[in-house]
Amino acid sequence: MKNRELIYLDNNATTRIAPEVLEEMLPFFKDLYGNPSSIYRFGGKVHRYIEEAREKVASLIGASADEIIFTSCGSESDNLALKGFCNYFGERSQIITSEVEHPAVRNTARYLKDKGHALVECKVDNVGMLETDIFEECQIDEFTIASFMWANNETGVIFPIDELAAKVKARGGFFHTDAVQAVGKIDIDVKKIPVDMLSLSGHKLHAPKGVGAIYIRKGVKVDPVIHGGHQENGIRAGTENVPLIVGLGKACELASRHLKEENVRVRALRDRLENSLLTSCKGAKLNGNKAHRLPNTTNISFEAIEGESILLHLDENGIAASSGSACTTGSLEPSHVLTAMGVPYTFAHSSTRFSLSRYTTDKEIDSVIAAMPQIVEKLRKLSPFIENAD
Amino acid sequence: MWNYTDKVRDHYLNPRNVGEIQHPDGFGEIGNLTCGDALRLTFKLDENGRVSDIRFKTFGCGSAIASASVLTEMCKGKTLDDIKKISNKDIAEALGGLPKEKMHCSVMGQEALEAAIKFYETGGEIPVKDQVEGKIICTCFGVTDKTIEKAIRENGLNTIEEVTNFTKAGGACGGCHGEIQKILDKIHGNKSGGKIKSSPRLTTLQKIDRIREVITTDINPILTQDGGSCELVDVDGNDVFIKFKGHCMGCAFSGLTLKSVVEKKLHEAVSDQLFVKLSEQE
Repeated sequence: MKNRELIYLDNNATTRIAPEVLEEMLPFFKDLYGNPSSIYRFGGKVHRYIEEAREKVASLIGASADEIIFTSCGSESDNLALKGFCNYFGERSQIITSEVEHPAVRNTARYLKDKGHALVECKVDNVGMLETDIFEECQIDEFTIASFMWANNETGVIFPIDELAAKVKARGGFFHTDAVQAVGKIDIDVKKIPVDMLSLSGHKLHAPKGVGAIYIRKGVKVDPVIHGGHQENGIRAGTENVPLIVGLGKACELASRHLKEENVRVRALRDRLENSLLTSCKGAKLNGNKAHRLPNTTNISFEAIEGESILLHLDENGIAASSGSACTTGSLEPSHVLTAMGVPYTFAHSSTRFSLSRYTTDKEIDSVIAAMPQIVEKLRKLSPFIENAD
Repeated sequence: MWNYTDKVRDHYLNPRNVGEIQHPDGFGEIGNLTCGDALRLTFKLDENGRVSDIRFKTFGCGSAIASASVLTEMCKGKTLDDIKKISNKDIAEALGGLPKEKMHCSVMGQEALEAAIKFYETGGEIPVKDQVEGKIICTCFGVTDKTIEKAIRENGLNTIEEVTNFTKAGGACGGCHGEIQKILDKIHGNKSGGKIKSSPRLTTLQKIDRIREVITTDINPILTQDGGSCELVDVDGNDVFIKFKGHCMGCAFSGLTLKSVVEKKLHEAVSDQLFVKLSEQE
């Protein structure tokens, strides 16, 4: 890299820790190390900070504090929702989900299927949206948990969670949503949308890695996945990760303050980037439903060139992005999300995702807009699928 | 996530000899879009039979570009006999090594070169794209037994995972893992004991086939020593229903045999999730 600052456009993978979050956490790495369960005041003081953090997380999504359980990450929250539900309701419990879920839901559901629970994976159309009548053929009862992601990590496509949850609830089922990509980026209010459980993750909203939370609506029952002490209402044992929980609380407070900005300024930056690349780069095509999307995400394929090569060349320009190409992960198959959408292989292998954050600047977007057409042109010259490129 | 060497980086950033020679002496094309990578190699020989010009085009990742690029450098100025000796290992070594998951890129380079040489030797026949030599083992990526055998021999591969890293075979649905293991066993003289590595995600049909195979090749040879045998009656999820025959029927130890022989073998060779029960069907 030519000694310049990193242009970080991979915020759906992880985000930088907000300086205010780091500040907030530091005392808990130093002086305030007490165990919140201890009886003396030194412990009790720490305990109060955890409860404050719980309030802040709850308030970001319209929940009440006693409906928030802290976990170690989004994946743990998803595991707790699905395994916790199936273990509580026993062998009759069944799962309905979509083909494009994050592996934390997809592989947990498949594990439970192997253990004998029925599993339905609903299909998506070519822009990553669910068919309107997906539940028609499904048998939904009080032993059913439906789990649909709020927003897709790869395409940013937003599912109509309000409709889906209402349909499942009307037939007596339970509804979980993996909202890891949505929380902090768009307005979420569980008072208005009848989800029973909602997973969120700290490091996607400028808190550190290693902390997450799950909202569990009052009265909804799950078995713990981690057994032990009485922490987190007996639903998640283990001494609380105090500094990170405090950090998550602060990050949620900041997120609600910046939500409007994220929706307006970041969306404008994203749209400028997207429109520019779609017109200036040959063979460029947008993946995902344009209208129902996170404001920070764009996923574009570049015909007949390969995604890892694009990322490596972006990296040389100091730009960090991500790809649905098989080559970037060590797996040999391209993204399951794009494959499920029926995106042809040549486009799936070349998909490139740019995900912005509230720290993304105009200047950074200018740099990408300047760099990308040259990279595409160079790689097209290498491609055996483009005749007479040179 | 990859730790590419500086040599690899230099080649993917500044690929040498990009393009395509019109009316080439050698023409080789490997892979296709569904495989996720493809390489077209063309070369021209001078009057002394040396490679005077060589060009490539590729759809592939950084290591695919680098493998093809360094290969063209290795070939330039060499005779046909020289370049015939280039192996995928030589390509990887010239790059200062490749991540193990990316070794198939070097194999692709070598295969394209081999195809181009063959094109020259057969008098410039236009190669038929779908024509394959050998039997297709991995249908997901269209990999033949010939390619797999060659990769195993030249690189001393021992496991299915290594074969996948070098050839991509078995990297998607996993349905050909049994076949790949057989090729490994054939080459290594069955050193690994003929065990089919357990694979966590089998379809019902694959599971049934695998269970049948293990009963015939691993379980019944043990039971026949005591004058018995068993057969598969049904599979329901992870419940496997079997029936004993011959001396095993009514044997006081049949319950023990069920767990310590049948279930143990199936756990080793198919999946440790299986639960073996005696069928109550008559």
